[in-house]
Amino acid sequence: MKLASKSVSAVEMVKEALRKAKAASEYNIFVNLTEERALARAEEIDAKILAGEEVGALAGVPYALKDNYLDLKTPTTASAKILEEFVSPLQATVVKKLEEAGAICIGKANMDAFGHGAFTENSAYGVTKNAIDKTRVAGGSSGGSAVAVALALDIVPFAIGSDTGGSARAPASFNGIVGVRPTFGAVSRYGVVAFASSTDTVGCLARDADDARLVMRVIAGEDARDSTSVNDVYYQPDTPRDISLDGQQLRIGLIASLLGEGVDAEVVARTKEYAEKMKQAGHEVGEVDLPMLQYAVPIYYVVTSAETASNLARYDGVRYGRDRKGDSFVAETRRRIVIGNYVLSAGFYDAYYIKAQKVRTLLIEEMREAFSRFDVLLTPTMPFVAPKIGEKAGDPLLGYLADLMTAPPALVGVPAISVPAGETAGGLPVGVQLIGWRGDDEKLLALAEQMENLTKEGVYKGGVA
Amino acid sequence: MKISDKEMTHLAELSGLTLTKTEMTNLQQDLERILEYVSQLNEVDTEGVEPTYQTFDLENVTRADVPIDYGVTKEQLLALAPEVKDGMIAVGGVL
Repeated sequence: MKLASKSVSAVEMVKEALRKAKAASEYNIFVNLTEERALARAEEIDAKILAGEEVGALAGVPYALKDNYLDLKTPTTASAKILEEFVSPLQATVVKKLEEAGAICIGKANMDAFGHGAFTENSAYGVTKNAIDKTRVAGGSSGGSAVAVALALDIVPFAIGSDTGGSARAPASFNGIVGVRPTFGAVSRYGVVAFASSTDTVGCLARDADDARLVMRVIAGEDARDSTSVNDVYYQPDTPRDISLDGQQLRIGLIASLLGEGVDAEVVARTKEYAEKMKQAGHEVGEVDLPMLQYAVPIYYVVTSAETASNLARYDGVRYGRDRKGDSFVAETRRRIVIGNYVLSAGFYDAYYIKAQKVRTLLIEEMREAFSRFDVLLTPTMPFVAPKIGEKAGDPLLGYLADLMTAPPALVGVPAISVPAGETAGGLPVGVQLIGWRGDDEKLLALAEQMENLTKEGVYKGGVA
Repeated sequence: MKISDKEMTHLAELSGLTLTKTEMTNLQQDLERILEYVSQLNEVDTEGVEPTYQTFDLENVTRADVPIDYGVTKEQLLALAPEVKDGMIAVGGVL
């Protein structure tokens, strides 16, 4: 296992990660570095190794944790001022599992406040810069997590993000890495700051499919503290890697309507090339049309704004956090709370909220039908490469349209991963999205790994900055 | 979709937000545009279609009626509240 290299000590690995994190401070990747705790944990793990004790599958591996995950005695802000003084007395199940596997959190990564954004421009603690070109956005909302993993800065081999409507996949595509959104319920959400409960998932960012799979296998599984969690989506960490693909020929559906107007020509070109390479790998590629996809973004913003208005009502200034006045919420969070309360209010509930949930049913039925004819669907991850910082700011709808391809799997509850698919002539990474049906997570990662081996393009190595 | 000033003030109240006049105006404009954008959902015939509330097949997940140790004390939880009185969270009057 290349993550858990035993040739150096945990303390050395953690020190090196912290050194690189500090050297990259201008990228604004972390809200907080958890240096003291990380070094203490690294010493514990080195002592265990020295004593010949059992250490986990990720022993000594440093990672970045998105700041919407609770970790013991560590500030958790979700990049919002309202939680600035909140220090968690609890630990998220995901963090606990990673600790048991020996992984070491070196810091809390920046994000769009409460996950509200696709670029990490909506953080109360400033914009996170793209790892390949620092005049561009990181993508979001798991922007800090993705930039920490990007090979250009090489800080940590993996990071934990979350994915409500594309928050792990979008920054993965903008930084040339792998971003995983699991099947809804595959990973416990206990201890994760809630954004929209019907689509919130725990995701990861890694440099290739093999690393991503190991991390997902470590964190997945049912948890008594999250009644929406289930077992049996991911295999155990020590299961052989190629178990799910087994050399079979897959039927790949390229979603033609997502290669048209409003999508960058180079993004379309890289996606078609990726489809060609899938044919070379022995898979069958056909085009598929899903007319309901055009409604995914409107459904997404009605449903998730309603859910976020409801979830964020808990920040009442009584039990924890500040009150709701002034800059406690960033402008985008206020906007979504107001939209949510509007669509949930008497007189508008049926016309907006229920209507959106009905169209969502039709979208789910359409996708279920597509999966009777195809094993995997292929789209670009984002309609464009990383925009310049500020380019899409100012008009909320421009940001919402960024979710065109990533929102549909979230609304349907199916797994989707973003994988590197080359770059533009200007040297910016392009990602494509592989979508499976519920429970197909291992198959997607096996396919991604097969494609990496074929193209030798698993890791983005370029740079224009 | 037009939002009146009165509706906007009511919405801000429902949302528990204290907004400046400029913030209120900006939000009003954003909300109008966003509602117009999402109104394209009305193109879809949803006669007889059930709404989706969740995407997993679980129902009524229960557990044994025994306390779970969450590893956190009353004192730790009280420490998170801005104001505490006699071992309880202090709140403003509601009536």
